[in-house]
Amino acid sequence: MVGRAGSGHPGGSLSCADIIAALYFGDVLRVEPDQPNWPGRDRFVLSKGHAAPVLYSALARRGFFSEGLLPALRQFGSPLQGHPDCRKVPGVEASTGSLGQGLSIAVGMALAAKLDVSDYRVWVLMGDGECQEGQVWEAAMSASHYKLDNLIAIVDHNHLQIDGRVEDVMSLDPLAEKFKAFGWHVLSVDGHDVERLMDVFQQAIDVKGKPVVIVAETVKGKGVSFMEGKKEWHGKAPDAGQVEQALKQLAVV
Amino acid sequence: MSEMKATRDAYGEALVELGKHNPDIVVLDADLSSSTRTGVFAKEFPERFFNVGIAEANMMGVAAGLARSGKIPFASTFAVFAAGRAYDQIRQSIAYPRFNVKIAASHGGITVGPDGASHQALEDIALMRVIPGMTVLVPCDAKQARLAVMAAAAHDGPVYIRLGRAKVAPALPEGAGFEIGKGLVLWPDISGEHKGIDHICNHLQQAARPGKPLFDVSFIACGITVGPAIEAARTLEREGMSCLVADMASIKPIDEDLLAKVAKCSSAIITCEEHSVIGGLGSAVCEVVSCIHPVRVVRLGVNDEFGQSGSAEELLEEYGLTSRHFCLSAHNFPGSMAKMPGSKPVFFQQFLG
Repeated sequence: MVGRAGSGHPGGSLSCADIIAALYFGDVLRVEPDQPNWPGRDRFVLSKGHAAPVLYSALARRGFFSEGLLPALRQFGSPLQGHPDCRKVPGVEASTGSLGQGLSIAVGMALAAKLDVSDYRVWVLMGDGECQEGQVWEAAMSASHYKLDNLIAIVDHNHLQIDGRVEDVMSLDPLAEKFKAFGWHVLSVDGHDVERLMDVFQQAIDVKGKPVVIVAETVKGKGVSFMEGKKEWHGKAPDAGQVEQALKQLAVV
Repeated sequence: MSEMKATRDAYGEALVELGKHNPDIVVLDADLSSSTRTGVFAKEFPERFFNVGIAEANMMGVAAGLARSGKIPFASTFAVFAAGRAYDQIRQSIAYPRFNVKIAASHGGITVGPDGASHQALEDIALMRVIPGMTVLVPCDAKQARLAVMAAAAHDGPVYIRLGRAKVAPALPEGAGFEIGKGLVLWPDISGEHKGIDHICNHLQQAARPGKPLFDVSFIACGITVGPAIEAARTLEREGMSCLVADMASIKPIDEDLLAKVAKCSSAIITCEEHSVIGGLGSAVCEVVSCIHPVRVVRLGVNDEFGQSGSAEELLEEYGLTSRHFCLSAHNFPGSMAKMPGSKPVFFQQFLG
């Protein structure tokens, strides 16, 4: 998709592909593709909107829209915008892309569930670099203040951002302790071990009285040897030869 | 006439009224609930009130999430913090997905007073007006504020309502309604009750002066300047000038039909607003009349500068926003405005010499 589009974010998409796959295909998210706005659905907010290709792939394969649409990513006139537009794509809960805003939106959704005494859960996926935005911590503060145990955040901790290693650009360490200090229940997991992810998701669901954050250790560009751990692949599209090589390694073809 | 009342007071009361009838109404504030008057709602419906603390960006995002889940959130803080600090969140999280969030921003304009420039939003109308799909309302008195809040709640989509700190005298006649996208002609007051511009023009046409437009000057005003504009028109008429005053509370969408009619029957237009002359009501009026029926427009407001501390009255005097200034502007029109005390129309000096 990204190769055909000629632009996009393969690195951060691949780092969270296993997480999104586990959510959508591991019977975790309670969604009805035929009724994308079913009021009782679980919400999933992709705060790191640049990973849109993975979300679109998951939504299409779950039946929210035709897989035939996927090659139109980033094309003129396509609903598959470079960053998710919830007015254009069924199953997309919020229009994201300006980093740091998704957790606040998720807090609002979780509050609405509490008001309505509804049991839906709100999941939000953030990047690690994204946690440098101050709004994330405003939202983190409010989530624990309101005791939103129906809110589960996942941090795709791939340690890279556009300009380099997160630790070099603006260190987040100790990330887990920061969330703990903000009143969250913190879980950690290998973000590429789907079985472990499923396990941790269940643990997160079972936590009562506070919001949960899952810090998922990931590798940027996971599954494609020449992309793995390379910041250069944050926002660059592969050429035709690289696409072929990548798809072969990912065993898609 | 009834008592002076701030538009923010009317807002608090309207919220309670709405809350009683609609369980989906929720209210958010960022530690200013006593000033914005959302505290009145909080007292009545504590379970539907969220004070997010001093965190405006998060407040707008939370409001977006609540709206996405079917609630009708009213998010309040001072206009400087709403339109300024949380601009990006309003643009990205609320307006782009067209979520049904109402941003009710109090303390708009210079009449915030003693807090000074840091708290005087003079750019908020411009900032909100430029966002696609955003409705922008600036009510002129307490009654209109209540009607604007009701209209905003009934409207599907994001709305920005600018409210004031200072008490204002009622400016609207009995029975005046409010509709998003509609302006109101408040002067000439030919029958004691509000009439549309067609009615007024037909009525006055009988006494029309051949070869001259019906009105020497038409004031288009919003917010706290509407009352003084009517007062100015009354004074000017006694001096022999014919005037019209239109209230333009709905700045976006703006009443293009009314503006076209006003432009066609006026020698000149003066816009009045407690906002920068760049990007606010004056600009919106120019954008419309320049392509429908060009007529000379003078924009009265705060020129390209920040405000300062002082009482509301002192500041209105300093920045040239009293009925006396409006009269002076009409007298001098279209001559040099630079003679006016407190008014430094840098743009017009270049053109008018």
